[in-house]
Amino acid sequence: MSAIRKSKGSIPDEQLMAEGELRRIVDTVLRLAKSIGVAETEVHVDETISALTRFANNGIHQNVAEHTLNVSVRTQVDQRTARATTNRTDEDSLRAAIEASLSLAHSQPKNPNLLPMPGKQRYRGVSRFIKQTATLTPEDRARAVRRACDLAVKKGQTAAGIFSSAQTQTAMGNSRGLVAAYRDTHAVFSITMQEGSAASWAKENAANVSDINPQRLAERASDKAHRATDAQELVPGRYTVILEPAAVLDLVGFLFYDFAATALRDKRSCFNERMGKQVFGKNISIVDDVYHPLQFGAPFDGEGMPRQEVLLVDRGVPKNLVYSRASAKAAKQKPTGHGFMLPNEYGEAPMNLVFSGGKFSLEEMIGSTERGLLVTRLWYIREVDAYEKIMTGMTRDGLFLVEKGRVGPAVRNFRFNQSILEMLRNVEMMGPAVRATGEEAFEMVVPAMKVRDFHFSEVTKF
Amino acid sequence: MYDLATAALDTAKIRGAAYADVRVMHLRQRDLTTKNGQVGTLAQAESIGLGIRVLANGAWGFASTDRLTRDGVTACAAEAVSIAKASALAKRDDVVMAPEEAYVDSWQSPFRKDPFEIPLETQLALLLAADGEMRRVKGVTLTETDMQFRKIDSWFASSIGSRIHQSKVITGCGIVATSFQGDEIQKRSYPNSFGGQHALQGYELVESLDLLKHAPVIAEEAVALHSAAQCPQKTGTLILGGSQLGLQIHESVGHPIELDRVLGQEANFAGTSFLTLDKLNTLRYASDIVNVVADARLEHGQGLGTFAYDDEGVPAQCTDIIKAGQFRGYLSNRETAHLVGLKRSSGTMRTESWNRLPIIRMTNVSLLPGTWSFDDLLADTDDGILMETNRSWSIDDRRYQFQFSTEIGWEIKGGKRGKMLKNPSYSGITTEFWNSCDAICNREHWTLWGTPNCGKGQPMQTMGTGHGASPSRFRNVRIGAAFSKQ
Repeated sequence: MSAIRKSKGSIPDEQLMAEGELRRIVDTVLRLAKSIGVAETEVHVDETISALTRFANNGIHQNVAEHTLNVSVRTQVDQRTARATTNRTDEDSLRAAIEASLSLAHSQPKNPNLLPMPGKQRYRGVSRFIKQTATLTPEDRARAVRRACDLAVKKGQTAAGIFSSAQTQTAMGNSRGLVAAYRDTHAVFSITMQEGSAASWAKENAANVSDINPQRLAERASDKAHRATDAQELVPGRYTVILEPAAVLDLVGFLFYDFAATALRDKRSCFNERMGKQVFGKNISIVDDVYHPLQFGAPFDGEGMPRQEVLLVDRGVPKNLVYSRASAKAAKQKPTGHGFMLPNEYGEAPMNLVFSGGKFSLEEMIGSTERGLLVTRLWYIREVDAYEKIMTGMTRDGLFLVEKGRVGPAVRNFRFNQSILEMLRNVEMMGPAVRATGEEAFEMVVPAMKVRDFHFSEVTKF
Repeated sequence: MYDLATAALDTAKIRGAAYADVRVMHLRQRDLTTKNGQVGTLAQAESIGLGIRVLANGAWGFASTDRLTRDGVTACAAEAVSIAKASALAKRDDVVMAPEEAYVDSWQSPFRKDPFEIPLETQLALLLAADGEMRRVKGVTLTETDMQFRKIDSWFASSIGSRIHQSKVITGCGIVATSFQGDEIQKRSYPNSFGGQHALQGYELVESLDLLKHAPVIAEEAVALHSAAQCPQKTGTLILGGSQLGLQIHESVGHPIELDRVLGQEANFAGTSFLTLDKLNTLRYASDIVNVVADARLEHGQGLGTFAYDDEGVPAQCTDIIKAGQFRGYLSNRETAHLVGLKRSSGTMRTESWNRLPIIRMTNVSLLPGTWSFDDLLADTDDGILMETNRSWSIDDRRYQFQFSTEIGWEIKGGKRGKMLKNPSYSGITTEFWNSCDAICNREHWTLWGTPNCGKGQPMQTMGTGHGASPSRFRNVRIGAAFSKQ
């Protein structure tokens, strides 16, 4: 049964343009560019319709909607390239964007390594556009929020959060005949329940809003917020931790750019001098896979190259990198379809990480723990050491002591200073990989993890 | 533009809005970067559209459109009213705003050289020359430079009769040298990390930085850090350089004084604040010598938080935040000002673009200058550590416990700068830290630093904020915890 009750006769007026209309904008730019003698031209057209209902203190306090369309033009002439973007689609504005791009391109020295644009490509199909998400109304969102807030009032708690929905599409093409298009939908429900000075949190996102059950999330956050009251202070130090998927995601999310071939070439990746070595535990395998059923995103990259599935880490050993066309040529490899829109200085990155995970439930991890901490989520994570990948940040919204296999009292939040490399050597148990969502990293498919010797350096006042 | 804005306001009123305000905005941006002697990003972008915020049935609605036709903006206004009425299905109380006058005005931020009129070849040549100066230093493995220019025109109109046009020019520039050696990546940035210095200025900002003089200096420091001593772990005396102190102010003063955080409106994402309403005028936030203001007025300086009116049509103001160590004021908007009984908004509603709702943001939250010269401050310090240029920053969701690390440090012994230290970090509790401040350098050393990347709100908005600071000294600070093993 659908978790969201749809209203009748309240379909939003705003819907995405037909794909053909976007294609016409692409064709217009290519025609205009050709008419003024541009050697090579690439066009991206991106359209977004999104709405977000925000609530706090048990009521809606912000409620917004937007519809944007951007046309981004890259011209390439005589080993020089540049980009100009506009949100106007009349011919004069498109021509102005082409000319601005050309003007930028002409202003720079030649780049002997600049490649010609790629020709026509073939893509695997992915289906991530769900009508039910695209037609969610402000009233639908308000009713779900009302129920969550009513629960908070009933429990003597205070609710805050968001309920959002979005539909996006992109079409791209270039003067060598490349054509690509993609559309998807995206819904998010996130809720924080506060009880006195305690708080807890739950969040989910999905292409299909029916896969999200806001009331179940509200109940989970409410229950944990109640258990988080009367937090006791523990001494900082090294603890066994059971990291829920959101906590894992927000930490390992900081690893993604290290797998870029350009990052290694620039010697700013933590995998410099470490490729092919046993960097992580043998229970850690990571792939980048846009086609995974729990993943999002287009099957092509910023240059229109088809995204490939890449095995990044095999049983703890970093094996492969991702490549744009330029970094692939420099390294004598094949492009993997992970390049950013050109021109840029970063090259490429894997954006669809999937961890292999394990078979244990969260309850089994807790049950096997003599003394440790259960971590709901982490917050304000920043990189302290780029090569050892030491990250700092705080626990937030529910930190609990685990003793003799049972979840005990709440604990005051800790600051951690923890190397991700060390952490992924110390993973003792994992759950099945799930689509996780937090606030620090883009969404990935990661498991809950039980990790020994996680380093907490200081404690805060709540 | 005002015709479109008026059409939107009229539609909102007909559809039942009790109040409405409209922003038509035209944003232009140019980004230039180089890496290892080659051009990296070379792009410009332009965006124009309209956003309308309405109050109907006691609740807010907001909608935006890039269809700048009469039909487009009236449809957008009607959508905003529909959204407001949906909000009312789950409202707690009717929204009431503190009173404000109507203003009709036009304002242009001052600049001497329009960055969009400077030839691109000139701009790229400077960046490539600075890049080359850094690459000349043996041991440097990555060099990066950047310039960013923005022009923002906004036309504000409200149903109380305001019509305000503002035009801003913003410039940013910075350079970075990185060195990978052994098992370390070390980095030095100038004039600041994460994009350099940013201000409400024209190209004159770039010319004032003298990139070519500083490029080899930071490159040599990046390489030298590999053989520098590790910053010790101890509790001791800390001197912070101005740019690092600017970020310290941003995180441990600027965010906790946002009244929307204090009132729980940001609880799900950015967090709340330890500065609950009972703390106003009662909390000793800092030592007696600490005075902090939130000042959006031009006379404070050309910072990223400088304007004539906020995006709710309230004139720029200077608000005492900390006066002689006492906590004196919050950042507010018209709604939160009414909620806490203030007579007027402090004028801090700001929006990233036409398609975003204005929210409470920092303006220029600045530590006012003290009395010390920097040389005297060093000479007066028997045993301490000087830390400069931010490397990482983190603070809890109520803004109590923080940890910062910087790119470089120096030991201060017997009143003199001693050996270089690598991987410096410090941490503490906000009020304990500010109460330990015992020396602030004078106006000669004071800079209005720009933080261009402050994220807040859902959907996320990035905003530039200003933070005036001069080097200052703090006692009994925990140093080095970021690299502790136990």
